[in-house]
Amino acid sequence: MTKASSRTVVLLGPQKTNPDVGSALAELGIRGKVALVMAGYQEREAEDAKIVEALGVPVVNMKLHARASELFAGDAEFREAYHARQNKLRNIQSFYRVRLEKADEAGRMISVRYVDPDLLEQEDNISVEQLRQLDHDHAERCAAVRLAFETQWKPEQRPSVQKHRRELAELVDGTQAIVIAGGHVASLLNRLDLFDALGLTAPKPVIAWGAGAMVLADQVVLFHDYPPYGSDIAQVLDAGFGLAPRLVVLPDMAKRVRTDDKFAIARFARRMAPAACIGLDPGARIIIQRGQVTSARVNRLAPSGATETGWKGTWS
Amino acid sequence: MSPSSKTGPIKPLAITALEGGPRTKDAIDTFFKKHTFPIVEGSYVTVVWRGQADAVHLKHWVFGLPSSQQLKRVDTTDVWYLTLQIPANSRVEYKLEVVRDGKGQWIQDPLNGSYARDPFGANSVAHGSGYQVPSWIHHDPESVPGRVDEIMFDSKTFGRRGFGVYLPARFQPSRRHPLLVVHDGHDYMRYASLGTVLDNLIHRLEVADVVVVLTSSPNRLGEYADDERHARFLTEELVPYVERVFQLDAQPQSRALMGASFGAVAPLSPAARYPGFYGRLLLQSGSFAFTDIGDRNHRGPLFDPVVAFVNRYRSDPEPVSERVFVSCGTYESLIYENRSFVPVLASTGMDVRYVEARDGHNWENWRDRLREGLSWLMPGPFLHVYE
Repeated sequence: MTKASSRTVVLLGPQKTNPDVGSALAELGIRGKVALVMAGYQEREAEDAKIVEALGVPVVNMKLHARASELFAGDAEFREAYHARQNKLRNIQSFYRVRLEKADEAGRMISVRYVDPDLLEQEDNISVEQLRQLDHDHAERCAAVRLAFETQWKPEQRPSVQKHRRELAELVDGTQAIVIAGGHVASLLNRLDLFDALGLTAPKPVIAWGAGAMVLADQVVLFHDYPPYGSDIAQVLDAGFGLAPRLVVLPDMAKRVRTDDKFAIARFARRMAPAACIGLDPGARIIIQRGQVTSARVNRLAPSGATETGWKGTWS
Repeated sequence: MSPSSKTGPIKPLAITALEGGPRTKDAIDTFFKKHTFPIVEGSYVTVVWRGQADAVHLKHWVFGLPSSQQLKRVDTTDVWYLTLQIPANSRVEYKLEVVRDGKGQWIQDPLNGSYARDPFGANSVAHGSGYQVPSWIHHDPESVPGRVDEIMFDSKTFGRRGFGVYLPARFQPSRRHPLLVVHDGHDYMRYASLGTVLDNLIHRLEVADVVVVLTSSPNRLGEYADDERHARFLTEELVPYVERVFQLDAQPQSRALMGASFGAVAPLSPAARYPGFYGRLLLQSGSFAFTDIGDRNHRGPLFDPVVAFVNRYRSDPEPVSERVFVSCGTYESLIYENRSFVPVLASTGMDVRYVEARDGHNWENWRDRLREGLSWLMPGPFLHVYE
């Protein structure tokens, strides 16, 4: 993944109702044209009217999803290799998830033993450490798969990729910022990466929400405490672009996380430490400059199990 | 009978109050106007029938309770009733038998507007406290319905056969959709609202954009009972044909088989005969009859090949798929077989999820478990979408 140099990053809450992305742009003093990424909406990425209206400035939609489809249609060899990589990543994800579930189950079994509380606390630390190790190993495996793909297929040197990157560079020329909407996080991550959209727009400010905000963190963490099949465990999807360092970004946290389960919250926060687990609920806003949080209006899941309101960007 | 309460005074049941009198016509008419039937009061469910009869019986299929129970007549009236204790979240299907002149007639409860259809007709339904009909079984105006076609197919094994195909609203040949084959699929559509359920769950992103094949065998009790021809038909003919025609994602992880009752043996048997071909199995209230000693079973000769198959599998369990979702109602006679089969399946290393519900061997029980089962076996992108 591209590790862009320090730039201003603004993360927002959901924009579906009462969007505030326009005011975020205004606060940054941006009144000119911005580049828009809607690739998370996949086939619906061109349906940008509501977002364009909310932005309130001229917009150029980069249409990364459509570009990827066009690229794959015209470069069968690359498409097959790309699909094979994605298939491998999906399988790795599924194996990692099995390991996570079993490790989590073991931790819970140990936690209810009738033994000395001090020993239980030590064991609990080990349980959390095992989850962290699984997360770390998974991220490394994903990175290795991506590196092997890039080494073998050198996307940046393929004419089909170069053509789109050239076009995109022209398209974003003169834009003042890049705005990344939410949607399907894996799809978004892959297309931003494929076309180096963040590299092409550096060092312009980045404004993002939903999946768009997630991919800017060091790691993309999937989470949902109310899945239709009953229960699940949060899992690392892959590395993010690192523009919002030391944060785990949780869009719509109030709807998706069982915040009254203090034991689980504490465990999750400790598992993700030193990254701070922040919720991007309606009205949330966090500003990062030169890799530091300079302004925040978000809730954080604390290692104590509490949900801290009004987190200011200090780690503990 | 009066319900006890830990938090307040004991309140008599509605029927007890009626019995307490006065039992005038006006009082009885008021009673019927005032209540919906059956009357649910906490864990007590009172079934009521009004009319002239020699006897009235409640007929139900709750394993563990007498299948026929006599209603009591409120003295000097034409009101009959029976109060049962039904645990919270239960669903019970029943009929009434009205006996006149020595002849019994089975009827739906005329006071109860809730009923469930099945291939044999319809039963009245009593919901215990807390049970809610899932919202996702009703048409969601925001969801776009899939398309259902009927296709004729020439099989070397079974000759010319028809099957249904559900194509999700977002179907595109270039997208490599997964495949779900549903045994007794047309009955699932009719009695378990499968089409609407798929439309809704796919729309909610909870289930993948799956192509669904609906099969209906003319000889299900024969073919589903570990018949080698059924496994060959599915695995060597039908599935490859559908995967080719609709350009599906021809991988084990993208192939699921599903069924209920005998129709749940139907997926397991091909999976066992072709291990590694089907990556997902959804088995509802499976007729997994077995014997611990000898080969005599109490369910009759139709079950003999099933018992032989299940006994064989239990003695030498092997992983035959990757993920298996098993569900069963606690009011079914098959609960014993299913409960004891789950650890056998899990012992092979397959990822097994088992769900019980306070329900019987019926289509609405199977309908109510579809969300959990399908979203786990063939999840849609809900975990990946953050708008």
